[in-house]
Amino acid sequence: MEWETVIGLEVHVQLATKTKIFSGASTAFGAEPNTQACAIDLAMPGTLPSPNAEAFRYAVMFGLAIDAEIGKRSVFERKNYFYPDLPKGYQTTQLAEPIVGAGHVDIQLEDGSEKRIRIHHAHLEEDAGKSLHDLSSSIASQGMSGIDLNRAGTPLIEIVTEPDIRNAEEAVAFARKLHSIVTSLGICDGEMSQGSMRFDVNISVRLKGEEEFGTRTETKNLNSFKFMEKCIHQEVERQIDVLEDGGTITQETRLYDGETHTARAMRSKEEANDYRYFPCPDLLPVILTDDYIEDLRQSLPELPDARKQRFQQDYGLSSYDAGVLGSDAATAHYFESCATAASDAKLAANWVMGEISARLNAEEISISHAKVSAEQLAGLISRIKDQTISNKIAKQVFEAMWAGEGDADSIIDTKGLKQVSDSGAIEKLVDDVIANNPQQVENYRKADDAKRPKMLGFFVGQIMKASKGQANPQQVNKVLLDKLNA
Amino acid sequence: MNPSDVEKLAHLARLEISDDTIAEVSKSVSEVIKLVDQLQAASTEGVEPMAHPQDALQILRSDEVTEGNVRDAFQAIAPATEDGLYLVPKVID
Repeated sequence: MEWETVIGLEVHVQLATKTKIFSGASTAFGAEPNTQACAIDLAMPGTLPSPNAEAFRYAVMFGLAIDAEIGKRSVFERKNYFYPDLPKGYQTTQLAEPIVGAGHVDIQLEDGSEKRIRIHHAHLEEDAGKSLHDLSSSIASQGMSGIDLNRAGTPLIEIVTEPDIRNAEEAVAFARKLHSIVTSLGICDGEMSQGSMRFDVNISVRLKGEEEFGTRTETKNLNSFKFMEKCIHQEVERQIDVLEDGGTITQETRLYDGETHTARAMRSKEEANDYRYFPCPDLLPVILTDDYIEDLRQSLPELPDARKQRFQQDYGLSSYDAGVLGSDAATAHYFESCATAASDAKLAANWVMGEISARLNAEEISISHAKVSAEQLAGLISRIKDQTISNKIAKQVFEAMWAGEGDADSIIDTKGLKQVSDSGAIEKLVDDVIANNPQQVENYRKADDAKRPKMLGFFVGQIMKASKGQANPQQVNKVLLDKLNA
Repeated sequence: MNPSDVEKLAHLARLEISDDTIAEVSKSVSEVIKLVDQLQAASTEGVEPMAHPQDALQILRSDEVTEGNVRDAFQAIAPATEDGLYLVPKVID
């Protein structure tokens, strides 16, 4: 039997506003618990929500970026459910009249092909607070959960796709593209580990050729591309196993555990929530004018696809390199600053995609937290270009820079790593190695041209070793050849 | 409205309704629904649905922090707190 997977995503994107969507409390990440939760966020009696203009501006920018119809009239509704991290007993969200209507996002797959993923709509809503279940074991907290309401009221857009995604690769490509769009727009900080972007994945399988969708499950709250990929593979395999054993899929919500990489059923459809939506009487409809929307369209920042094209044209980068470096605004900015300061786009591209990206991955930090700035990296690249140091030594200098030992010039200086280009010094190095290895010299001289290059490697190796890697390799090659062929 | 509908509603609204009042509550909720049915009988053809009874538009606020840290004041009236967190009976959905 051949199965086909059908996936739809709901993506929660935290908007990078300074304040909450309905109150003037700060949204800064990492504050002490409950120090950024005001009377409105806590749903104190008598408070009224006061909507944040910036949240609307960001949502409209997103809508324009995905070529969507903008809801000029948007209405908030109450989605009612009880949970301790939701003080009001309802989430203020949108349903019938969302701010962003149908649009689309084009993704590029590994084989180079393009695919269009349709967006059903995107709406504005508020985030809930956080529940902490593993508290220190004081008597008071036995059997209790802790509630931190700093996140309560943080503005979100929830982006809902059509069921156009067919496998994990497409889902990840879509998620990355979305990340790239929202960070390029500057409407989200893109910090996945802080929950700035979270995915709910709806998955079903059906026999290939079948028209009707299978029964789907929803796995909630995935906050990394890697988790999402793993979760999809697991869930598809689980569903196919159940169906091939003659069973049926239960429509249910599953919760993914990032520690154990397993998902478990949270609630099934029978006990599914009945949210009893109704228009929020505390908020009037919000009307956006054509002028407002047109102004935003004109001032939209550069989007990833346009940037990719520009990087290919302006810097002569390959399509792949331009795609990687242009994908998110922070990486693009880092690369451009470095390429400009070093006046060498190719070397800058190689270093950003090589050493920098390897370091960021290893330490699981984003490029805005890189321990070597774009300007510092440019300083290092300049020293490679003017042959002060070789590529090999440059890696050593980079390590020291990353460890916070200073910029390239001072490290080269204090560690004495400057490349030896002095012809007298290089001649001496070559002479010493030739004198110490008479047998190899004789063999080389007797060998035919085809074998010589390989044999040359031995001498170069010895010379570089004697110079602690600091001899200028081009010069060594030249002097060595002259002397051996003399 | 039969008693089991009322029980479901009470659960969703987290209202405690004792067994001996369920019959009475069912009856009064049914009366309310009758009233709504009566309203729904009115012809609304050609009438735009309203999101709000007031014919006004929402004013938006500029994105400036105006609220400070008021944790101490709010936690002074909370039943239980620890390390700045509000404590509630353990919930795992």
